[in-house]
Amino acid sequence: MTTAIESGSFKRPARRQWRDRLAHFGVTGWLALVVIAFWAAAAIFGPAMLSQRGDFGGGEVFAPMSGAHWFGTDYLGRDMLARVIEGARYTVGVAFVATLLASGTGTLLALLAAASGRWIDSTLSRVLDTLTAIPSKMFALLIVAGFGSSVPMLVMTAAIIYVPGSYRMARALAVNINALDYVTVARARGEGTGYVMLQEILPNITGPMLADFGLRFVYVVLLLASLSFLGLGIQPPEADWGSLVRENIETLANGGAAVIAPSIAIASLTIAVNLVIDNLPGRAARERGAR
Amino acid sequence: MGALVVVDKLTVSAGSATLVDALSFTIRPGEVLALIGESGSGKTTTALALMGHARRGCRISGGSVRIGDVDVLSLRARQLRALRGRTVSYIAQSAAASFDPSRSILDQVVEPACLHGTLPRGEAELKAIALFRELALPEPETIGERYPHQVSGGQLQRLMAAMALITDPEVVILDEPTTALDVTTQVEVLRAFRRVVRERQVTAVYVSHDLAVVAQMADHILVLRDGHMREVGATERLLAAPQNEYTQSLLAAARPATRAHGEAGEGAEVLLRVKGLSAGYGPRGPDGKPAMTILEDIDLELRRGQAIGVIGESGSGKTTLARVVAGLLPPSMGTMEFDGRALPPALRQRSREDLRRIQIVFQSADTALNPSQTIERILARPLQFYRGLKGEPLRRRIDELLDLVKLPRTLAGRLPGGLSGGQKQRVNLARALAADPDLILCDEVTSALDTVVGAAVLDLIAELRRELGVSYLFISHDLHTVRAVCDEIVVMRHGRKLAQVARADYDRGPHHPYYEELARAVPELRRGWLDELDRARPALVA
Repeated sequence: MTTAIESGSFKRPARRQWRDRLAHFGVTGWLALVVIAFWAAAAIFGPAMLSQRGDFGGGEVFAPMSGAHWFGTDYLGRDMLARVIEGARYTVGVAFVATLLASGTGTLLALLAAASGRWIDSTLSRVLDTLTAIPSKMFALLIVAGFGSSVPMLVMTAAIIYVPGSYRMARALAVNINALDYVTVARARGEGTGYVMLQEILPNITGPMLADFGLRFVYVVLLLASLSFLGLGIQPPEADWGSLVRENIETLANGGAAVIAPSIAIASLTIAVNLVIDNLPGRAARERGAR
Repeated sequence: MGALVVVDKLTVSAGSATLVDALSFTIRPGEVLALIGESGSGKTTTALALMGHARRGCRISGGSVRIGDVDVLSLRARQLRALRGRTVSYIAQSAAASFDPSRSILDQVVEPACLHGTLPRGEAELKAIALFRELALPEPETIGERYPHQVSGGQLQRLMAAMALITDPEVVILDEPTTALDVTTQVEVLRAFRRVVRERQVTAVYVSHDLAVVAQMADHILVLRDGHMREVGATERLLAAPQNEYTQSLLAAARPATRAHGEAGEGAEVLLRVKGLSAGYGPRGPDGKPAMTILEDIDLELRRGQAIGVIGESGSGKTTLARVVAGLLPPSMGTMEFDGRALPPALRQRSREDLRRIQIVFQSADTALNPSQTIERILARPLQFYRGLKGEPLRRRIDELLDLVKLPRTLAGRLPGGLSGGQKQRVNLARALAADPDLILCDEVTSALDTVVGAAVLDLIAELRRELGVSYLFISHDLHTVRAVCDEIVVMRHGRKLAQVARADYDRGPHHPYYEELARAVPELRRGWLDELDRARPALVA
């Protein structure tokens, strides 16, 4: 039923759609896209291009920036630039995938809850409330104790922890949309729950949900860092950016590059993600058109 | 006693667009000037400029406004604050949105007096109570202790007038103060407004799109369109002999013209038969009745090609009736029959064909069109869903539909946000037509529109009926509208059907007293109508 709408002339070619979308980007949007592209490239190609490995230690501890060590060295004398670039894999990869999973699952469940009957709604809401009630760190501990620590497990853990939050957010939005006349018209036409969820409600909550995605991404990065601190996250000598900050926190008082470099990396990525989301078109159009 | 208002070459612009273009007029002390025009004509912008205010993004770019001997536009922010609410006060369209729901009414009504220091709190309260009495509010001594949600919409509107009048302003601006009210409520509010305006001899500016209302209130009428003055003149003159073309079209739209109708009626087969219908909300009790009954024991018969109007004030169950027929709310009792076959009560039980043949058009086109879908997609969906059209035939049918509702085909690619209210309502109608229905349920389709735009939509509805032979169940609170397009009128109140009046008997009485009351409450397009009503029922307190 939902495929019918995709047919024929009503789907513009994907490339043109993207060009339309990018045309709305301001300077900040482009800048943010460049930053994201840079970190994505660093995560994929970076390690292969490095002249020294991040686990090659033994040099001066907490060395300042220099020609040999662009970002200085860490508490074991390892090159910070290499550490940050190798960490990009975990932060960009793990955090991004986990957030995507959490937001996606949360939004889909919320749409299901809003568009279908009271029973499904109540059941879903109570189950996810129960999940919220479990402290996230304890939950992570439990999972790691049960299944061991690995990257897929970390992604799953972070995703599960953040599903209820995004579910609540999306449900609040979807319930409002669900009460509007155009949804009623669709129902009166005889449309199924799937169509109402994906075609009528979803497009009208994507804006706020993307903003929520940007925020949640920051939380996931922090969660990963704190898990690493507890020894449950990425296992040393590998480290994500959050753990890099933790590892080198003692040099903060001296303004050491070892703590500042990963912090800037985290800040640049999260701000960039949020800027891109703010620059997505349709937001202004939706605001104009909405109610 | 009011002050003299002189407006000279007032110009308001937003960016490069000019909203009000070199407007000049004079209001003599104690007179009422009406600003009339469709939405977007610059009425409210002009009214706000009288207080030296321009909305966000707008700028008063030229001209002068003098109230008494104050040049309003040259005042600084602090002087403007002293002017607003003291010399000039403003009564907004939606009183419900203008009151703070968490404070008592009296507290808010006396606030202007306390803010401007014209009266000490105690005296201000006494004065407020006197004003409540003057505005014919019930229980004037204690109504102020209530909160905004504890009074009705019409009462709130009058309470807002009390707030505006408490500082004894010289100029009062009334911005569509009765537009959001029922006809019966509107009459009471109009009477109260007119009495205070007359007795206090304030200078007033009355902004409205309804000529009939304005005819009762104003001494002079100024017709605005696209920020230009089209015509200005004394009310009698303007109503009797309008000179401008646009004024003539406004007058034509305000007069209830009966749209030509087909031969439908007596001979045709019965399309929809509703028997003993009851419905409501909330869980069902042991007797099968819902916790809150909205509709009780409704009988209705609609023949093919016929249009039946359902009329009643808000809360009378009109909309619920449409929802029950559309299957959105299963009835608790009674049966429905459509084209000779029983109509299943719930949406899920109806076949796709049943659903296709009954379409519903909602009141507010703003919420009835999905803001993230283009017009093309909105119209395409029912065609794909019911008839499986695709490709070229689909595109052709969409073009036909747009032609049918008289919209340019170029609109197809736009989002609803880029359309005007009237255009949205046409798309709304086109979507219903896309299903090729036998019956269209129209729920207050013209209530949110201006008189002229509304009249055009009514024309369209009548024309579609003639050409396509669709039947309508036409729900409205406006007797004029219903009379213009319907063959029969069903009067509803408190969820019951009170009377059914056929077209031939519209003007032949006697009818049910409530129908008579509704008929009387519709403002007539001539001066003195309200005075006659006053004489007929002098001591009416709502």
